[in-house]
Amino acid sequence: MTVVEEPASKAAPPPPRRLTMAKAMVEGIAAEMERDPSVFYLGEDVGAYGGIFSSTTGLLERFGPERVLDTPISETAFMGLATGAAVEGMRPIVELMFADFFGVCMDQIYNHMAKIHFESGGNVKVPVVLTSAVGGGYSDGAQHSQCLWGTFAHLPGMKVVIPSTPADAKGLMISAIRDDNPVIYLFHKGAMGLAWMTKTRRALGEVPPEPYETPIGKAAVVRSGRDVTVVTVSLSVHYALDVADELATDGIDVEVLDLRSLVPLDRDAIVESVGRTGRLVVVDEDYQSFGMSAEVMATVAERDPSLFAVPPVRVAVPDVPIPYARALEQTVLPTPERIRSAVRQVMG
Amino acid sequence: MAAISQSGFSQSGFSQSDHPRSDDSEADRPLEGSVRLDLYRTMVLIRTYEERIRQEYHADKTPGFDIGAGKIPGEMHLAAGQEPVAAGVCPHLRPSDALTATHRPHHLAIAHGVDLARMTAEIFGREGGLGHGRGGHMHLFDPAVHFSCSGIIAEGLPPALGQAFAFRQRGTDSVAVAVTGEGAANQGAFHESLNLAALWKLPVVFVVEDNDWGISVDRGASTAVADNSPRAAANAMPGVRIEDNDVEAVYRAARQAVERARAGEGPSLIEVHTLRLWGHFEGDPQTYRSDLETVEERDPIPRYRRLLLEAGVLDEASAERIAADAAAEVDRAVEFALASPEPDPATASAYVFA
Ligand SMILES: Cc1ncc(C[n+]2csc(CCOP(=O)(O)OP(=O)(O)O)c2C)c(N)n1
Repeated sequence: MTVVEEPASKAAPPPPRRLTMAKAMVEGIAAEMERDPSVFYLGEDVGAYGGIFSSTTGLLERFGPERVLDTPISETAFMGLATGAAVEGMRPIVELMFADFFGVCMDQIYNHMAKIHFESGGNVKVPVVLTSAVGGGYSDGAQHSQCLWGTFAHLPGMKVVIPSTPADAKGLMISAIRDDNPVIYLFHKGAMGLAWMTKTRRALGEVPPEPYETPIGKAAVVRSGRDVTVVTVSLSVHYALDVADELATDGIDVEVLDLRSLVPLDRDAIVESVGRTGRLVVVDEDYQSFGMSAEVMATVAERDPSLFAVPPVRVAVPDVPIPYARALEQTVLPTPERIRSAVRQVMG
Repeated sequence: MAAISQSGFSQSGFSQSDHPRSDDSEADRPLEGSVRLDLYRTMVLIRTYEERIRQEYHADKTPGFDIGAGKIPGEMHLAAGQEPVAAGVCPHLRPSDALTATHRPHHLAIAHGVDLARMTAEIFGREGGLGHGRGGHMHLFDPAVHFSCSGIIAEGLPPALGQAFAFRQRGTDSVAVAVTGEGAANQGAFHESLNLAALWKLPVVFVVEDNDWGISVDRGASTAVADNSPRAAANAMPGVRIEDNDVEAVYRAARQAVERARAGEGPSLIEVHTLRLWGHFEGDPQTYRSDLETVEERDPIPRYRRLLLEAGVLDEASAERIAADAAAEVDRAVEFALASPEPDPATASAYVFA
């Protein structure tokens, strides 16, 4: 399955390069900064440090301090600054170090960045990319481990993209920058390929060297299968693939659908896949209630509940803050173990 | 001895009585030997603790550093170098006074008398911890001494206002101390809290730990003013800045600020120019750090130790005893933590609601 649009040129393909998601993300940013002088990046520790999760490594050296800016710890001010600059035709990329910190600047995000286009009757565009790190699994506690994508997706006016692979990290970044809307771009710390965090073997992937767009709003079937559809996003895609490989040896053929975007949501892809398998497991590292997992199930139920051969099952964070202690955290996260038993459950 | 700058109260139109009382004769007089020894003892206990946590934290993260591995996983922000702030402020507090700290909370917790064993168990993620392993090192809550902290920058300040409000409403003379880093002084919550505390004359003491760095961004690159005490003046309260990481100057300034708050005269602010001896968090390569070379010589503990030895307040034998006592206390805390069981996964959803 092709997850990126093929580059136009077909002459002598360069040897495949494998990059981490962090490097691929930076490559996408750099390509657009090169092409478009109105693109700039601002946030905390994005300059000399290169981003706490390596989201901006080398950008300061390459583009200088006028286009790669370390901000004070003043999220409301710099989030609003990004919105204002976008209103004036710039294309800011603004980093919120952890998605968990949206609390201190949410008004600028959902009442301003997200609503100005609507309130102006379409007369004012706000082409901001808001990048932020999400996810747990390394005992960072209740204020530094959340995904929260369901919250952004719930509030109208923002596109929400969540790459799980290096190739999509680059392509979605380029699409997000070129998009005329606010785009929330969430990267999972555990999928970035950081040297200092446990990695999945899937954190490295092939990335075409030239610029390309990954379409926003299109899911990818990252593994096709006949028996059960696992719909998921972000790091959980890697876990779902691991589980699918494992269960294949037991004769269970799992299809894995990587949503890649929550807004817009590729509802057709969900319905199409469940239409073939009749069984749905939704894996979501966000809180369970009122979120992505319910939206995916409702999508099928609204179109045609008879597609469900068995009741769907979800694997999400039970509605509890992320605990610090490892044993507790591993209990509430959508681990491979939980995904495996959910698949077995729908298989009956 | 210490350079103390008081912000321009006269320019901002405050009466002299709004200043922290600066009784020069008292300020010149050396502190009592027993007080100085206590300051030293607290600093040594904090340092011993932070060194031990650092050692335990890294012990089983080899060969490759993996932040989530080992018996203490997750981010770890240690306060070595910032002992003078905690040691200087907390002697003026009672267990009934509140203290809100930051993501870098251990020194303040220790100096304010948080249960060391249960705090350590929390850091190790054990059932016997202050929060039964739910919180972790950035989320230590000990209601017995009204201690709390938050990992969200500057967000520990507003709750301190509420604690102060409750103390006053209930007719007590308790106070609340709200601590933040200098990076946090650029957050809206900081400025909102100063204004509200001054407006309602709440018994609050704001303490800003200026360790020059907000992760990789130095103060000059993040903050338009060189000194936060004028920001106190801008919010109708006295503010002082203490240079040199001087524990005795902190002690004196905090005494005035706490007395003022207890007397119902309203909030004040103390900024201490302190030192981040180690990385922002453990594992921080500090490649951005331009002042690394001078860090060791600015360590406040050897300096204070020399001063007390020269003053004849401390001798080698008592210094050794203080170090040994601290080591024994830390040993006991770590032993307690390690003996405490891991939380039962079946209880992972506990404590969400009362
Ligand atoms: C609202 C918010 N923004 C950003 C962060 C990430 N962060 C954690 S510590 C820190 C630097 C804080 O600097 P300072 O207040 O000076 O305290 P120090 O770490 O130096 O003790 C930052 C930016 C956070 N925890 N919360």
